[in-house]
Amino acid sequence: MSVKGRSVLVCVLALAVGMLLSVSPNLGRAGEVYRIGGVFAVTGPSSFLGDPEKKSLELAIDEINSRGGIDGRRLEAVIYDTEGDPTKTVLAANKLISKDGVLAIIGPSLTPTTLAIIPLAEKEKIPLISCAAGIKITEPVKPWVFKTAQNDMLAVATIYEHIQKKGIKKIGILTVDNAFGESGKEQLLAQASKYGIEVVQAEGFGAKDTDMTAQLTKIRSAQPEAIVCWGTNPGPAVVAKNVKQMNLKVPLYQSHGVASPKFIELAGDAAEGILLPTGKILVAEQLPETDPRKSVLKGYIEQFEKRFQMPVSGFGGYAYDAMYLLAEAMKGSNGDREKIRNALEKIKGHPGVTGTFSFSPEDHNGLGADAFVMVEIQGGKWKMLTP
Amino acid sequence: MQEFLQYLFSGVTNGAIYAVIALGFTMLYKSTGLINFAQGEFVMLGALSMITLWSGFELSLPLAFLLTIAGVSVVGIILERLAIRSVRKPHPIVLIIITIGASILLRGVAMLGWGKDAHSSPAFSRNEPFEVAGATLLPQSLWILGIVLVIVTALHFFTRGTLTGKAMQACAINKRAAWLLGIPSETMVLLAFAMSAGMGAVGGILIAPISMSSYDMGMTLGLKGFCAAMLGGLGSSWGAVLGGLLLGILEALGVGFFSSSLKDAIAFLLLLLILYVRPAGILGARAVHRF
Repeated sequence: MSVKGRSVLVCVLALAVGMLLSVSPNLGRAGEVYRIGGVFAVTGPSSFLGDPEKKSLELAIDEINSRGGIDGRRLEAVIYDTEGDPTKTVLAANKLISKDGVLAIIGPSLTPTTLAIIPLAEKEKIPLISCAAGIKITEPVKPWVFKTAQNDMLAVATIYEHIQKKGIKKIGILTVDNAFGESGKEQLLAQASKYGIEVVQAEGFGAKDTDMTAQLTKIRSAQPEAIVCWGTNPGPAVVAKNVKQMNLKVPLYQSHGVASPKFIELAGDAAEGILLPTGKILVAEQLPETDPRKSVLKGYIEQFEKRFQMPVSGFGGYAYDAMYLLAEAMKGSNGDREKIRNALEKIKGHPGVTGTFSFSPEDHNGLGADAFVMVEIQGGKWKMLTP
Repeated sequence: MQEFLQYLFSGVTNGAIYAVIALGFTMLYKSTGLINFAQGEFVMLGALSMITLWSGFELSLPLAFLLTIAGVSVVGIILERLAIRSVRKPHPIVLIIITIGASILLRGVAMLGWGKDAHSSPAFSRNEPFEVAGATLLPQSLWILGIVLVIVTALHFFTRGTLTGKAMQACAINKRAAWLLGIPSETMVLLAFAMSAGMGAVGGILIAPISMSSYDMGMTLGLKGFCAAMLGGLGSSWGAVLGGLLLGILEALGVGFFSSSLKDAIAFLLLLLILYVRPAGILGARAVHRF
C-alpha cells in the first residue's frame, strides 16, 4: 500500500471515529432528556393532517414537561416534514434514528409514507406509532408498529350499522380514485354482506374532478336506497352539490375523511342532512357527562385553541394520543426501547382524544367501537345521533 | 333516455369549460405559434380571484367579473414581458418549457396567497336546477354555454373583421415580414398574451360556482383544455369549441356506458390518437391552421 493510500485510509478511519463520537452524546437514552421523533406531512397536499398533528405533538410534550416530564426527565421533540412523500419520509426516519437518536417515532401522517418506513422500524427495533388510517399498517401485526388513527374498517362498520338500523338493503357507492378511496371501497364491498346490504353500483371519481353527475346518474339508474361517498375534500363537496342538483331523494353518507368544518363551508346548503361517522372531537359539547372521554376531549380542544388560535380539527388528536400512550409506556423504562414496546402492548383502557385504546399482542390499533359516532349536518352544524 | 340526456348535460357543462380553456390555447397559438402550458394556471387565478373579489370583498358580479379578467390579463402581460420576450433564442421548445416553469411558479404563488384549502363560490343566478325529461340542468351550465358562444363569436369577428386581428395573424405567419410592413409585432404578441390569459380567467370564473377551486386545479384543467384544442385543430376558434364539447360529452358517455375509472383515460387516449394521426399539425407547423 502506498503512502498516499495509507493516509487516505487513516483519514477515513478518523472520520468514522469522529462520526461515532459526534453521534453518541445525542442518544436520547444517554442524556438528561428523552428525545421523541415526529414525521408529519406538515406541508404539501396532506398538510391538513400533518400540520395539526405536529402542533398537537408539541402541545402534548409541553404538557408532559410542565408536569415534570417522565421519571424526572424532560421530553424533547425532533420533528421533520415529509411533505407526504415516501422517499422524504424514509430519509427523515433514518435521520431520526441514526443522527438524532430518538427513542420512538410518532407519525407519519399517511398510509403510503407509513408503509415506507415500517421495514426500517422493524429492523432498527424502534417503536413506531403511526397517525395514518390504512388497515395494512397494523394488519398483520408487526411487533414494533402501532397506530392511533381509526381504521377505515371501523368507519364502514359504523356507517353500515346506521344503514342497517334504517332498514336499507341496497346502496350505491362513489369513491375517490386514490389510496383513501380504494381502501374505503374495499371495506365497503367486503363488509356489506355481513349487514345484509347489497352494493348495487360502485363508481369512482378523480380527486380533482369538477362534476360527478355522470357517475351519480349511473348510480341512480341502479335504484339504490342510499349513497355512500368516500373521499377527502374537495371531491365529496362536489358530490353533495350534484346530489342536490339532481334531486336524488336518498340519504347521502360521507366518510370520516370530510369531518371538518371546511366541508360544510364548501358544500354550503348541499351539506344539509348528510350523515357521516366522525371522532367524538367534533361533538365534544354534545357528549353526555358520563362519557369518560369528555374531559380529555375538552382539555385538548381548550389547550389547542388557546395556544394556536385556530379551530381544532379531528386529525391532530392522533399525534396527541400517540404521545400520551408513549409517555405511559415510557414510565420506568429507563429509555429501553424493548421495554417501551412491551409496555405499549399492555396498555388497557387508555382514554384518548380519538378513542379508548386497549392494545394487545393481536391488536396494535386498540380502538374500540367508541372511536366513531354518527353525526348529521343540521343547519351547518354537527348533530350527534344517539347510537 | 333520461340517463342519456343527463350524461349529455353533464358532458356539455364540462365540455364548455374545456372549450374556454382550449380557446385560450388557440388564441395564443394563432397569433404567436406558441403553446402556453401555464394556461391552466390562468384558469386557477381567474377562479380564485373571482371568489376573493365576489364573495370576499362583496363586489357586484359584473365588477368582480371585469376586475378578475383585467387582473389575470396583467399577469399574462407580465409573463410575456419578463419570461418570454427576454429569451435570446426564442426556439418554440425553449418557450414552451418556460411556460411550464411559469405554471409551477404561479401555482406556488397561489398556494401562498390562497392557502392549500379548496374554496367555493355561489352561483351567478338562482341555483334551482331545470328539469328536462327527468334530467336536471344547472342554470350555471347555461351561463357557461352562453358565454362560450359569445366569446367565440366575438373572436371570430375580431380575427376576421378588425385590422388588429388581421395584424395579429400576420405576425404569426411571418413575424419579420409583418414587422417590415409596419405592424408593431411585439405589441401584437403582448396583446395575444393578455387576451389568452383573460380567456383563461373567464374559464376560471365560469367554473368557480359549479366546482371547488384550489391552487392546484390548473394542471388537470390545462391538460384537458389542451386536448380539446388539439382535438378540434389548434388555431381554430370553432375547432376549440367543438373539441371541448366533444371531449366533455365523450367523457360523460364513457363514465355512463363503461366505467368512471376510464374518465381521464378517454381524454388522453384521444390526444394520443390525434398526435398519431396528425403529428405535423402540432408543434412543427409554423403556418396557421384555418378552418
